[in-house]
This record gives sequence, C-alpha cells and structure tokens, in this order.
Amino acid sequence: MVIIDRDGGGSPPVDELEAALAALAVDPPASLSARIFAQWCRVTSPTGDLYVAFSDQGISYVRTAEAVGDDETVFLESFRARFERPLLAADRPPPGLLPAVRTGRTRPLRFDLGQLTDFERAVLTVTAQIPAGQTRPYGWVAKEIGRPKAVRAVGTALGRNPVPVLIPCHRVTRSDGVPGEYVFGPQAKERLLRAEAVNLDEVRELASERIFYLGSDTTGIVCFPTCHHARRITAKHRKGFRNIEQAAEHGYRPCLHCRPGIATGDAVGA
Amino acid sequence: MGVDANGEEAHAAETERLRSMLADDLDVGFAEFVRVFQRPVYSAVLRACGHAVDAEDLAAETFLRAYRALRGYDRRRIMALQPRAWLMTVALNTWRNQVRDRARQPSEVPLDGEVEPRSATDPVADTVSRLEDRRLLATLVVGLPAAQRLALVLRYVCDLSVVEVAEAIGCPAGTAKSHVSRGLRRLRAEHAVRELYEVPR
Repeated sequence: MVIIDRDGGGSPPVDELEAALAALAVDPPASLSARIFAQWCRVTSPTGDLYVAFSDQGISYVRTAEAVGDDETVFLESFRARFERPLLAADRPPPGLLPAVRTGRTRPLRFDLGQLTDFERAVLTVTAQIPAGQTRPYGWVAKEIGRPKAVRAVGTALGRNPVPVLIPCHRVTRSDGVPGEYVFGPQAKERLLRAEAVNLDEVRELASERIFYLGSDTTGIVCFPTCHHARRITAKHRKGFRNIEQAAEHGYRPCLHCRPGIATGDAVGA
Repeated sequence: MGVDANGEEAHAAETERLRSMLADDLDVGFAEFVRVFQRPVYSAVLRACGHAVDAEDLAAETFLRAYRALRGYDRRRIMALQPRAWLMTVALNTWRNQVRDRARQPSEVPLDGEVEPRSATDPVADTVSRLEDRRLLATLVVGLPAAQRLALVLRYVCDLSVVEVAEAIGCPAGTAKSHVSRGLRRLRAEHAVRELYEVPR
C-alpha cells in the first residue's frame, strides 16, 4: 500500500487507500425503494371505481372515486396527509385485487395495517371475515375481539378503517336495520349493502317487532337475520327471538357460522 | 471522485436540477432524489454505522424522514437545500435515534456474521481477493473512533466534499478535515500492522 499522507481536502485521489475506500460504496438491495414508496391505482368495481394505495406489505388505503369527487389529486393528498409517505402511480394493481373487487370476495387480500393500534387491527381482522350480503351488529365485533363492552370504540375504529369496501366495515350495522354511521356517509353504506342483496327492509321490519334473531325449528339453530342459514329457513319453520337467551330457553343453539353469541339485552343500537 | 472545477460545476447543476424537481412535484422529484442518493445513503449507513444495524431499514427510514421534512418545506427552503449533505445529516440522526432506542431496549442483533455485499455494478470488483480486501478494509473502518469513521466514510465512500462532510456531521470544516486525515493515518497504521503480522495471500 502506498503511504502518502493526504489531507483529503478535495484533491484528486492518487492514493490506493482512498480508492479502496471509494470501492466500499455499495448499491442497496432492489427492495429498498418498495419500502420507501407506496403505489396507487384506480380500479373498477361493481359498486363504483376505487382508488387503492399499496406496497409490498399489502393494501394500505382505499377511497371510493365518489368520496374524493372523482379527483385523483384529492385521493393522493389525503393519502399523504395520513401516511406521510411518497406515492407513485403503479404499473399494475396489486395481485388479486381485480378478481377480488369483481367477485366481492376480498378476504384473501393482503392488507398493510401497520399504522393502526392493536385494537383497531383486531376490529378490522374480525370485520374482514363478514361475508358479502350479511351484516353483524357493532356489539358482535366487540364480543368477537374479546372486548364486549367496547362497543363505541368499535364504532370509532371502524370509522378510521383505512381500507373500506375491501375490509367491509359497511357490513357492521345497527341491529335495528338502520345501517348507521360510515366513512363515506350512511347513504353510501346503505347502497353498498343493497348492492350485496342485504334485505335491509326485512331486517327493519323484524326489528320493529323486536326480533333480532331467527331460528329454525327443524334444526334448532338460531342466527342473525342476514346469515345465509337464516335466509334459507322457510316461513313455516321460522321462529323470531328478541335475544339469544330467549332462544336458548327454547332449546336453540347459536349458529356456528354467524356466531350470534351476544349476551347483553336487546342488542339494539350502538 | 475528487471535486475539480468541472466536477463542481456538474455537481451544482445536478443539485439545481434535483431542487427544482422536488419543488415542482414532491413525489416525482423524490423518486429521482432516491434514485440519485440511495447508493451513498445505503453505503453510509452500512459502512459508518457499524454492523449492529440493518442498513436497509436505516436507509428506508432515512428517506421517509427526509420526505416528511420536505413536505413541510416551502419552495424557497427547498431551493436553498444542499440535498446531499442534508440527507446525510438525516441519515446520521436516524442512526443515532436507533442506537439510543436499542440501548433502551436491548435487542438480539448480532454483532458479527456480516456478509460482504457484492457490488452489483462492478462484477470485476468481486474476485475473491477483492472481496477479501473490501471485507478487511470495512472491518478496519468500523473499528475507527466514531468521529473519524463518519468523516472518512462520508468523504470517500459517499464522495462528499470536506465542506459537505462538515455540514453533515455538524462541525467546522477544519474539524472535519482533521477527522478525515487522522482517520486515514490510523487506517494506514493498522493496515501496516496487519501486513507485518499476517501471512500474505
């Protein structure tokens, strides 16, 4: 090694050590840029177009085109304000998104919910399991996450859902058949539910008779009214219940599919 | 890598171009910003911050912090920015924060077992002996006192001028200059010792 003591003050290097140090520069792994930038795209769904932001970690943000006035700059600015992360137009939508929005089967999608609290994540994980065409009360979500008293907090967490439509927080409703609050407003919620063939009118009618659960006297199983098992019960065999205790008294057990295990009063409201 | 008159002019033009891009459209400009600076930033955190860090994590966090800061800057402030030195300051702060957090909650990050990354751009540099040389030199650099190590890495690995080094570290140019020359001297001394005691390849 050549021993020339330079002071490194901007003179061109003729020195082996300086050149060797320069050779210590390395290119970062190709994955670095995906950890910095999120991508966005616009996709068409049966209920209207969606703006979707995503990264390698999954889908992080969704807005309906309607909610941002059909203006991509509004979507981009709301993403940046919330996530403080640069966003670039994607070459293609994230894997699986197009079939998921076409069929409404969004459960297999990967989501990046890293910015949320554990509680909010738990609420959304449970909500993601509610099938299309069905609804569950707020209190049901609270019970499913093991926080039966946190009904209001569930409502707040759903209101902050960064990926509505894809994680179907619109399927969490008041049990009296009124859809309730929604990120994009109650009307949008009702429209989404009707597009999935949820019979809101029937739910409301039942609720007015203080019926919040339906059982079949042939199977002895009791469900939420929108559960697909409840919808198959013929009028002759259909029994209505005010609460799950009342059903239990008559020898009915809760459906394993819709899990209507709420133990508190009428389960209305919230 | 030395900054002669032409190089300085080219550097100034490049800086100006980046500033305008950032000021015109932050996200598009930032994509270019990352493209230009990802190699020096990654190299800096890999070589200067020691083995106990995940260089990719640290580089990503550096750019995200830089983005958050830039979002709050108006056009005038962006046009006055020395992007390279500024970004290195952000990188060093990000690293210091991480070291501080790690100190609070001891973690199981291994201190050795680092694999020398291959050079993606220069396959010729990857002959076995060159890799060995780089590994040895990288180890010697990591063993330098922090001030000398940071100055030396920023000056030669990241190709910053002495003025930029001083700005990134937050010290007078004279101090940066002396860190650099002491670091070089010490590396030479340690290298000479190794040559004396180790079997030549």
